[in-house]
Amino acid sequence: MTTTIERRQEYRNLFKNNVEKRLMVDKTVRIIVFACVIIAIIPLGSILVEVFKNGIAAISYEFLTETPGAIGSGEGGIGPAIQGTLIIIGLSSLIGVPIGVMSGIYLSEYGDNKLARSIRFFNDVFMEFPSIVLGIFAFLVIVLILGHFSVWAGAFALSLIMFPIVARTTEESLKMVPMTYREAGTALGLKKWVITFRIVISAAKNGMITGILLSVSRIGGETAPLIMTILGSSQFFSSMDVPMDALPLRIWRLSLLPYDSAQLQGWGSALVLIMIILAINLGVRYFFANRSKKRGLLAQLIKKGMHTKN
Amino acid sequence: MGKVRLNPEKPRRRPISDKIFKIGATVAGVYVLVMIALLVFQLVSESYPIWEEDGLSFITKTDWNAVEGRESFGVLPYILGTLVTASLAMLIGVPLSIGIAMFISDAPPKIGGPLGFIVELLAAVPSVIYGLWGLFVFRIYFKDWVEKPLHDLFGDSIFLFSGTPFGLDVITASVILAIMIIPTVSAVSREVMKAVPQQQKEAAYMLGATKWEMFKLAVFPYSKTGLIGASILGLGRAVGETMAVTMLIGNATGIAAIPTSLFKPSQTMSSIIANEFVEASPASLHLPALIAVALVLLLIAIAINIVAHVLVTRMLKVKEGAINN
Amino acid sequence: METQISSDPPSTIDSEKYKMIAENVTISYDGIEAVKDITMKFKEKSVTALIGPSGCGKTTFLRCLNRMHDMTKNAKVDGKVMIDDIDLYDKSVDPIYHRRKVGMVFQKPNPFPTMSIYDNVTAGLKLNGVRDKKILNEIVEDSLKMAYLWDEVKNDLKKSAIELSGGQQQRLCIARALAIQPEVLLMDEPASALDPIATQKIEETITELKKEYTIIIVTHNMQQAVRVSDYTGFMYLGDLIEFRETKKLFTDPKNDLTAKYVQGQFG
Repeated sequence: MTTTIERRQEYRNLFKNNVEKRLMVDKTVRIIVFACVIIAIIPLGSILVEVFKNGIAAISYEFLTETPGAIGSGEGGIGPAIQGTLIIIGLSSLIGVPIGVMSGIYLSEYGDNKLARSIRFFNDVFMEFPSIVLGIFAFLVIVLILGHFSVWAGAFALSLIMFPIVARTTEESLKMVPMTYREAGTALGLKKWVITFRIVISAAKNGMITGILLSVSRIGGETAPLIMTILGSSQFFSSMDVPMDALPLRIWRLSLLPYDSAQLQGWGSALVLIMIILAINLGVRYFFANRSKKRGLLAQLIKKGMHTKN
Repeated sequence: MGKVRLNPEKPRRRPISDKIFKIGATVAGVYVLVMIALLVFQLVSESYPIWEEDGLSFITKTDWNAVEGRESFGVLPYILGTLVTASLAMLIGVPLSIGIAMFISDAPPKIGGPLGFIVELLAAVPSVIYGLWGLFVFRIYFKDWVEKPLHDLFGDSIFLFSGTPFGLDVITASVILAIMIIPTVSAVSREVMKAVPQQQKEAAYMLGATKWEMFKLAVFPYSKTGLIGASILGLGRAVGETMAVTMLIGNATGIAAIPTSLFKPSQTMSSIIANEFVEASPASLHLPALIAVALVLLLIAIAINIVAHVLVTRMLKVKEGAINN
Repeated sequence: METQISSDPPSTIDSEKYKMIAENVTISYDGIEAVKDITMKFKEKSVTALIGPSGCGKTTFLRCLNRMHDMTKNAKVDGKVMIDDIDLYDKSVDPIYHRRKVGMVFQKPNPFPTMSIYDNVTAGLKLNGVRDKKILNEIVEDSLKMAYLWDEVKNDLKKSAIELSGGQQQRLCIARALAIQPEVLLMDEPASALDPIATQKIEETITELKKEYTIIIVTHNMQQAVRVSDYTGFMYLGDLIEFRETKKLFTDPKNDLTAKYVQGQFG
């Protein structure tokens, strides 16, 4: 039976005139989806507003430079915490960045074999380790052995968070450098390590620095691994073998106290911490991440977990 | 990496410095393997006392008693706490994230770019500040506008809403967790949806589909696996979260920590560690118990994340192969 | 640059009306014109081929005939496209409603990979609210027959669409487009991704289909244009250079440029 023209017209008549309804559904979905975006932005806005609003009241020269006063007195400041954060970030980077960079170089320049594939896989797996577990690891291999809390333990723990991220971003950045660069170096008779450092890394500089800075921003906000490694303290840094304070730790401990003054100091500390982190993040985006290639890198970092703060 | 031979007659000689370089790089690469092995070894051996004492029943027990002489530990309440809060976070956060991904993937770059950036900024906020905000801002409003009314209306009839709505409970922690996983899930969802070929979308439009119908016809079926992977990735993140949860979940222990209601306090594996680790004496079973909790947490987090990664990468590979007939 | 010699195919068959008329269509991307002020009239139940070298704008022009450029950012379309006296680009017209009338087949076969053959064909019908199983079955059979695919798949309609060969997938796409009972069929180099045998089948299909449908086909294969089309339009750098009955355009082109192109002097 071949379909006649009349039958075809009958088919057309069957089509419900539901276009209006379908457009309404479409519009509703658009509204819902937009609402999702607003719902996500509100907390961010609220957090930033509240931290600024409440924290600014606490800020003063004394607040930024003095040691904490008696608990609940509302006196003193977070000097040691700020110092501690800067120290721990610096030390962790000292350990984590070289390892991460060399590891990234390995994966990119020597990475075409079974070992490299499994390293890459385990690198990704390691990035998913909860950071508190890493803190316990540092506790077990350093604090327990030494018999006391130690800044080394804290730096080690944070470096464990850093290096897989740096390895990944370094590898991706190096891979984006065309082979022709390396071939040119070889043709000039240069040794491989010279080629890698002077030619390839120069070309991949931006991506690598982006990755490093973002991982620094990430560990700056980490709290959990510091709990059982540097413990926290009310004193300025004196030696590597005693507890030290850091901003995230101080914020947490202050939040546990029932005093309004402690709450105020908590907001103040949060303000300082957020400013440091935002400065790094925004700085990275403006100076390094302006091209779409870097966008991809950023998206990869987020996927790979650069931003679970524990 | 090919090695260019400039002088084919001479035997290939790699300079010592290059050899050292390669060794150094390889050592750096292998570092992660060493760390993983060492870490697992340490966790297992240091938690050994509790496994020796209780065996696998540690996983099913619900006690949590650190008093000397009556020590007894079980991790089950915390496993439940972790899974419940993480699942709730997923339930709330994934639809929001997919909605955001839909909006941004379809919006013009002038709007989509800044919006994507703002959502990514959510990822830069440290967990402890989420906790602080949750504790002193969100909880106040949530307690008065959501928890109290629900409790008054349904507290007696629906078990989910029983308990005293004080704000330090399962639901508050879960909501904050949901917000925290949004950047991850929406970013991966966006990637996954971007992988849908333009021709698929055009085919749907050609049939006269509205934008939403196009999503239903062309985008979602194609990227289903990847979206599930993105959600499980979010679950994995939520499982590993510590500080925000610790500050909002109420710090219950033992049997009381089993999540029976949205408005009751509970405890997760990571929060019990954060709360008790420094106080635990290494001489007792308390510390090994906490280390055992960390081991269980690690295994669960890794398992979830591996599943997620497999789903996301599989979707991107399989569909590409099938379409290129 | 010489503009078009003729926008009106000679009305040898006067009683046949024009199904689709494009009037002064100009399409620009980011301000740069890709299609410049084209006017073409397409007769009912005919096949019109659009030929020209790469980048001449023929695909761009084709796609504006069912408002596909709505999806493209930065694209601007001026002019009118009339189907049955309704201007598709009029503000009051909803493209969703009228895309039913204009089906499209793309260069690379693009069936929905997660759906079966049956579901692919019924996809458009379900959007339009057709639920009756009997009717759906009827239309599926009808569409697949018209696309010359029915005999090959009738025993296994539930098979996944991507298990078909490339040629079969393309015919499936034709069936999918035909299922929503369009009146015009747009085809963008439908056989360019296919082997010669599959191409032949597609061309046979087109020849059969033109008994009922108005077909506009973009092709870079001049022999194909000769084989299947009644009218041919030659485009170059966004302009419509010549538009006449196919035989006449190829054997006795009025425009120098056309002559050079059909003789293969530039691609």
